[in-house]
Amino acid sequence: MHETDMTKALILTVRQWWEEQPSRPQIDRIHLTVGQFTCVEPASLHFAFAAQTQTGFLEGVKLAIHETPLVAFCHACQAEYKPEIGLHYSCPSCQSPMEDIRSGRELKIDRIEYAQSFAEI
Amino acid sequence: MHQTVEAALEINLLHANQAGANHNRAHFDQWGITCLNIMSSPGAGKTVLLERTLAALNPDLKMAVIEGDMTTELDAERLRQYGVPVIAINTGRSCHLDSKMVSGGLHTLAADYNPGEFDLVFVENVGNLVCPAEFEVGEHGKVALLSVTEGEDKPLKYPIMFQAADCLLISKIDLAPYLDIDLNRLESNVRQINPQVTIIRLSAKTGEGLETWLSWLRTQVN
Repeated sequence: MHETDMTKALILTVRQWWEEQPSRPQIDRIHLTVGQFTCVEPASLHFAFAAQTQTGFLEGVKLAIHETPLVAFCHACQAEYKPEIGLHYSCPSCQSPMEDIRSGRELKIDRIEYAQSFAEI
Repeated sequence: MHQTVEAALEINLLHANQAGANHNRAHFDQWGITCLNIMSSPGAGKTVLLERTLAALNPDLKMAVIEGDMTTELDAERLRQYGVPVIAINTGRSCHLDSKMVSGGLHTLAADYNPGEFDLVFVENVGNLVCPAEFEVGEHGKVALLSVTEGEDKPLKYPIMFQAADCLLISKIDLAPYLDIDLNRLESNVRQINPQVTIIRLSAKTGEGLETWLSWLRTQVN
């Protein structure tokens, strides 16, 4: 499943950041944003992450996934709407096609929470 | 004593794949090659379409194929019969090609041939309607196939694939009279999410629509 590949990519990216820090900090939590209109299933990402971080520098680290809904903007109506995934994507008012997606396509690492000792601050 | 601090990363999860895709596309551009990513569910007719395409356009256009399959080289062997280079990539358990795999194929092509001679490279992706569209490989355009036996609701169920396509081929059109499929409804379902896509109804078996497809291909190369 591709969540496995994405998790590998995620771990690599976090590792790169971690190795660049002046003192390699203890990471607590990694915050992701995953849009509803992507091929990524958050539950599978949690599963793959847990499986791949049983040992190593991310052992015990939690993944916090913020899911964003699919929201489109209809230029004819000048209004946002929420398409029904799997059923209907055009504007419910005027049936214009879904051309402007305002949210739901995000797939990103937002931020990393880590512990910093007072001695370093 | 510790306190929790945050570092903002704001990095796309697929940035490594995207960087690889951009690198591949830069190579294609440098060599004057148009690259098309051919995608569909398993059995929609990608390989047979490529057979017809290679037979029709060889040698007017110099073509190559980067052929992705989870296992075996069966499809690659079929296409080699048409006298074009076919680089086979086995993805193993991965359900789609990614830019790193295609980079390997591209560099093999460049090592064994003079890449500047090629006009068109087809990347035949793994049969899968869900994820290939999410993973760019360096293509200039995406071609999706949907066969009439799959039903008119598939564009609604697999919107990411159909939204990303530059050209949609409705394949096996010769079977349409034997099915209850509503082709106009299928096309209007696609247009809900991709109003600009070029839609071509075709049959690799009878040849219907093939010329329209070949004409579209020629516009992509020029």
